Amino acid sequence: MDPQGLNLLKKIMALEFTCIDFNLYLDTHPDDRRALAEFNAASDALAAAKKEYETLYGPLTNFGQSPSPQAWRWIDDPWPWERTF
Amino acid sequence: MWIYEKKLQYPVRVSRPNPRLAKVVITQYGGPDGELAASLRYLTQRYTMPIPQAKAVLTDIGTEELAHMEIVATLVYNLIKDAPLEEIKRAGLEGYYADHDRALYFVNAEGAPWTAAYIQSKGDPVTDLHENMAAEQKARSTYEYLIQLSDDPDVSDTLKFLREREVVHFQRFGETLNLVHEYLERKKYY
Ligand SMILES: [Fe+2]
Repeated sequence: MDPQGLNLLKKIMALEFTCIDFNLYLDTHPDDRRALAEFNAASDALAAAKKEYETLYGPLTNFGQSPSPQAWRWIDDPWPWERTF
Repeated sequence: MWIYEKKLQYPVRVSRPNPRLAKVVITQYGGPDGELAASLRYLTQRYTMPIPQAKAVLTDIGTEELAHMEIVATLVYNLIKDAPLEEIKRAGLEGYYADHDRALYFVNAEGAPWTAAYIQSKGDPVTDLHENMAAEQKARSTYEYLIQLSDDPDVSDTLKFLREREVVHFQRFGETLNLVHEYLERKKYY
């Protein structure tokens, strides 16, 4: 994968990490409006970054969560354990 | 239902083949305080949690631990993938090699297979959440020992990320325990 693709993937990992951490926090603080706003902002940015990545490099998720126009690219290498950063 | 994401939660890089390090890191794959045990513990305890926050916390942390299991597997896989047999023998991994070649299997650092006896599911949410807080501390300690044993800064970087997550999980379980206590108090009076 080209360096831009790898950078985009790293951006997705960072945004999703933000979402995971806010998600866990909100599980025990569901009434925290500020955290909720931060979560939603990160979630929007994550969705946009994933869409951009998937258009160029193929689906990130299985079972219909990501579309696969033209060709079935889900089976393409590399798989996560094969990717070197 | 679960959906798979074709990416790691955190980047993994190893400097060189290192079966000696793989032999100890694998305990966080299939050892007593490893990620498989963590994930399965939380995902099986969640059915008897009494409040929505607790059901969500156990589902979400149980799911995150699966992602950590994948990170640990990726570390071990890349540490032994290109290791010459001589190095595997010198690392004391020849017993593992005899049974599994360079494949991934759920064992602790001494090669003992994973067992459900590592985890408990007690039906009492206070008991289960205490178990989970202890489990997170045990995982944190293990990552600290692994960081001490690591001679690969790239591997240490990933181990530090995983250690940090145990601290966060401990915090969330503590908050969940407080919420369960409040719920049980309310139930007593109404
Ligand atoms: Fe954890």
